[in-house]
Amino acid sequence: MCLAIPAKIVERDGADALVEMSGVRQRIRMDLLPAAIVGDYVLLHAGFAIALMNEEEAQETLDLLREIDVLSS
Amino acid sequence: MFSPLERQWLLEEMGEGPPSRYMEVCGTHTVAIARSGLKKVLPPTVRLISGPGCPVCVTDQQDIDTAIALAHEKGVLLATFGDMARVPGTNGSLAQAKAEGADVRILYSPFEALRLANENPGREAVFLSVGFETTAPLIAAVVKEAARLERRNLSFLILHKLLPPVMKALLGDLPAMAGSDPSLPATRGRPSLDGFLMPGHVCAILGVEPFRFLGERYRLPGVVAGFEADDILLALWMLQRQRRQGRAEMEIAYRRAVREEGNRTAQHLMEEVFQPVEACWRGIGTVPHSGLALRQAYSAYDARIRFPLQVEPAPDPPGCACGEVLRGLLSPPQCPLFGRACTPQSPVGPCMVSSEGSCAASYRYERICR
Ligand code: SF4
Repeated sequence: MCLAIPAKIVERDGADALVEMSGVRQRIRMDLLPAAIVGDYVLLHAGFAIALMNEEEAQETLDLLREIDVLSS
Repeated sequence: MFSPLERQWLLEEMGEGPPSRYMEVCGTHTVAIARSGLKKVLPPTVRLISGPGCPVCVTDQQDIDTAIALAHEKGVLLATFGDMARVPGTNGSLAQAKAEGADVRILYSPFEALRLANENPGREAVFLSVGFETTAPLIAAVVKEAARLERRNLSFLILHKLLPPVMKALLGDLPAMAGSDPSLPATRGRPSLDGFLMPGHVCAILGVEPFRFLGERYRLPGVVAGFEADDILLALWMLQRQRRQGRAEMEIAYRRAVREEGNRTAQHLMEEVFQPVEACWRGIGTVPHSGLALRQAYSAYDARIRFPLQVEPAPDPPGCACGEVLRGLLSPPQCPLFGRACTPQSPVGPCMVSSEGSCAASYRYERICR
């Protein structure tokens, strides 16, 4: 139900956007993420973008974890 | 995300923590956990139990009967998400209503409801909407668009539910817990819990603020988790770490998609279109402020106002323990009907129908390994 998949914005057009995920293109609604721009990765749910993906922040969490890992071993 | 060595280390670390029971309150987590076989590799100290995370499963029987009655109304074209079609009401499901001639359509995106209404000017299109905070803002956007386009032949049957109020109810804050089958072993009480695996996509919308009461009032930690096996592993390790350090806070293990403050635009959309109302949850009962209804300004789009149907309150299917399963008091195999009278091919309760239901997930992925 709340299944959501990441996709890359390739075109913006008013309240719509064209996104691509593993080679497949789809038109989606951007009502919940009006400020997202071409090139951004977004999370899709039922034809709407619901959140901006942020890989850098994700990396930070992991780096933090690896630090603890190293310190404690 | 993790190397096999790192995974090993996380699991060992978790094993050294205190014995803990964590609840997941998202159907997508339930499925991810079952499918990945995570429970088999977790140390015996860490136990996972499912909560009321499947929107279809928590929908009250009376509401399902209302939807079916609506589908049978003259001129109505009822559209909804796929999982709703097979849920049994008192007399059949929406799928059966369709077989009997009702016009029931399955939509991938609620936005298609606008097109459907446009293409069928002489008909009344009704969108039946279920879901938690992840889905509600989408519906809010569609309602606003319907109002902007003045699409007069479209209305919405809103059965949305909100997670923070029901989590409070589960923890015993509210006098709910009605309508259970007294012949079942555990029909009362609250599950014993040590923390929550927080729903990633609900938190992508709401942020973590609305859930801080878990730590402040109940001393229960929560960690927002993504949906890969490694995401869940990381979140469980963080929960164990909080418990070991005597902390009970909201942490995020899914920073790829979740910010502390959530998605403000989505929150404002929800706020503008909906107001919180009392809602009835299957097996849990009536919980104040745990549902949504359209605000006055959008009442022209409210299917309950447009079609004032009288549907009797309905008991849950006899013998079905969905209520107890949804509250984390019983695990699916503890239901006497599980795998016998109740299977995905001939489901008795909604928890076996929805692909996200705990019973369906348990039947599909965990049955053989018991
Ligand atoms: S196994 Fe079937 S009857 Fe039992 S609780 Fe689950 S859905 Fe209900």
